[in-house]
Amino acid sequence: MDWRQLWEICSAPDNVPIVGLIPLLAFYIYLAWRQAHANDVLIAQLETDPALAKTHHRKTWPFKPGWQKEVHVWPFLLRIEFLAAIIVTIVLMVWSITLNAPLEEPANPNLTMNPAKAPWYFLGLQEMLVYFDPWIAGVVMPTLIIVGLMAIPYIDTNPLGSGYYTWKQRKFSISTFLFGFIILWVAMIIIGTFIRGPGWQWFWPGQTWDHNRLIYEVNRDLPDIFGITSNVAKAIFGGIVVIGYYLLGGFLVYSLFRRYMGKDFKRMSLLQFSIVQFFLLTMVALPLKMALRLLWHIKYVWITPWFNV
Amino acid sequence: MADENNPNSTNGKNGGKVGLLEKVKAGVKEHIQGLKTDIPAKAKEQIEGLKDPTKTQVYTSIFRHKHDDTPRNRALGVLSNVFLHLHPAKINRDAVRYSYTWGMGGMTFYLFIVLTYTGVLLMFYYHPSKVQAFRDVLYLEHDVPFGKILRNMHRWAAHLMVIGVWLHMFRVFLTGSYKKPREFNWNIGVLLLVFTLLLSFTGYLLPDDQLGFWAVTVGTNMARATPLLGHEGPFGSMLGMTPYNDVRFGLLGGSIVDANALLRSYIWHCIGIPIVASILMIVHFWRVRKDGGISGPAPVMLEAEADKPRRGPKAAGE
Ligand code: HEM
Repeated sequence: MDWRQLWEICSAPDNVPIVGLIPLLAFYIYLAWRQAHANDVLIAQLETDPALAKTHHRKTWPFKPGWQKEVHVWPFLLRIEFLAAIIVTIVLMVWSITLNAPLEEPANPNLTMNPAKAPWYFLGLQEMLVYFDPWIAGVVMPTLIIVGLMAIPYIDTNPLGSGYYTWKQRKFSISTFLFGFIILWVAMIIIGTFIRGPGWQWFWPGQTWDHNRLIYEVNRDLPDIFGITSNVAKAIFGGIVVIGYYLLGGFLVYSLFRRYMGKDFKRMSLLQFSIVQFFLLTMVALPLKMALRLLWHIKYVWITPWFNV
Repeated sequence: MADENNPNSTNGKNGGKVGLLEKVKAGVKEHIQGLKTDIPAKAKEQIEGLKDPTKTQVYTSIFRHKHDDTPRNRALGVLSNVFLHLHPAKINRDAVRYSYTWGMGGMTFYLFIVLTYTGVLLMFYYHPSKVQAFRDVLYLEHDVPFGKILRNMHRWAAHLMVIGVWLHMFRVFLTGSYKKPREFNWNIGVLLLVFTLLLSFTGYLLPDDQLGFWAVTVGTNMARATPLLGHEGPFGSMLGMTPYNDVRFGLLGGSIVDANALLRSYIWHCIGIPIVASILMIVHFWRVRKDGGISGPAPVMLEAEADKPRRGPKAAGE
């Protein structure tokens, strides 16, 4: 166990935000979960008691009929905002006094930094470079993330859970978002920050960074495993695999939706449903491709003269 | 002008010199007498006036209403202030619960203001040119009074803002606040997320040190592989892309991260993106109001009500 190495990584000034992000995320997930749970209990109670549901004010905290429905922004909201501003300022001041922004040697194109890392918030994408070619990891994926985020309001047709925390009414959308945000984005960043060392190699936390370590990985392509040698056949085979993945996967999503989320499926138009299918399968494709590499040393699935997937 | 009606005229034909002197003396005397009574009276009045500064003309010209603690004045205090009138005068009593919004959007906005402020101060000491840029940062750290804390604050506020935007998006998602009628504002938000990351990224290169240089090199190398538009990307070379005319060249102003890249980063970082982001924020806040304020905490809905229009004025208004 190399504590010094571990400390160096965790205390590198630009890594501190991630060290801070982890407990922050844990806290806010807890906060959200607590409110979701309270609401779910209330919902369950109201579902079984329609008479109560008619008169109940539908929130988990007490309400008396005489109370005013609205409060003045001043002071009731502004005091919170001013207080928040003061607290943020104090935190920032203390942080700035205790920790200095990094400044390395002057830029030198002839002296490669090893590892050369992107800023921490892009490390998830850099980690993807291990498994995908740059045109996918660096261009297609960010584009799909942005487009996918923008599509969310238009493909989530579930009218429940608007304006309050809940888990039971939105299990699918919340678990999908958590999968994308926590696993595919934050966890990849954590790997990129704490685990990847020189040569972008995997070093467990506490393992010494060995700048001379070489790993001889013999990677194969999927067509090789099936004994396909000609380039044309490789291109056709890969195309079939990828298109087959989307077709078969699409069918699987369809059956699962019909079976477990009939109501949501009914509400969706064909376009909405196809978009959900596409993004869902693309998201799942990331860990699948990672598994192919890690378990079977497969580099590419689809090889063409112009691009590889 | 010779004026016969003027009793103090020095050219009077009949008065002569003695009469004039007399008159002046009498006049001065009278004024001195006046001083003794007028000035103390005025001073008293002035002091009385200062006891209630809210009655002065200067004050009333700035603040357009009284500040007695009445509901009307509380509302006016918000509505007649250009910065605060982003808010309505009154809001739902539950909307102030910070366990609901976590205050994240507000804190993100506050960090943006802090970044603008510290950023402008940094600009006084920084030249976006090779060699000079790095020295400016050294100078800032070692010689400029409070330069080090200024730089630290700018950097850490930027990191915090990135975290803040993520958490804000997270809570907006978890509360389902992107649902009707807030779909459009969610999209403005996604753009703000992208621009926040780009602001941070363009700033990373500016110290012109190894950290920034290699981070931006790694980042922009991906642009080489852009399909169609990058020289290493799918179909790029077929479309005539070379390292000297593809998107990466356009981003960097060259085929490597050098002086032009530094200048471009600087301009995007200090001018281009902040303007776009500010405009988007204005739209974002405007839409929060227009979409009916914060989405909740709203009364929970039951399964059976899912496909019925909502009761109340909301449903009627749509
Ligand atoms: C620079 C970045 C941003 C700033 C300064 C900002 C600011 C704010 C503020 C002050 C609010 C009021 C409620 C609150 O504080 O939570 C708000 C609401 C909202 N924001 Fe943002 N935001 C930003 C980015 C985003 C992002 C990335 C998204 C989503 C992808 C987003 C989506 C929304 C939506 C949908 C609302 C309405 C929420 C509701 O009604 O409950 N915003 N934003």
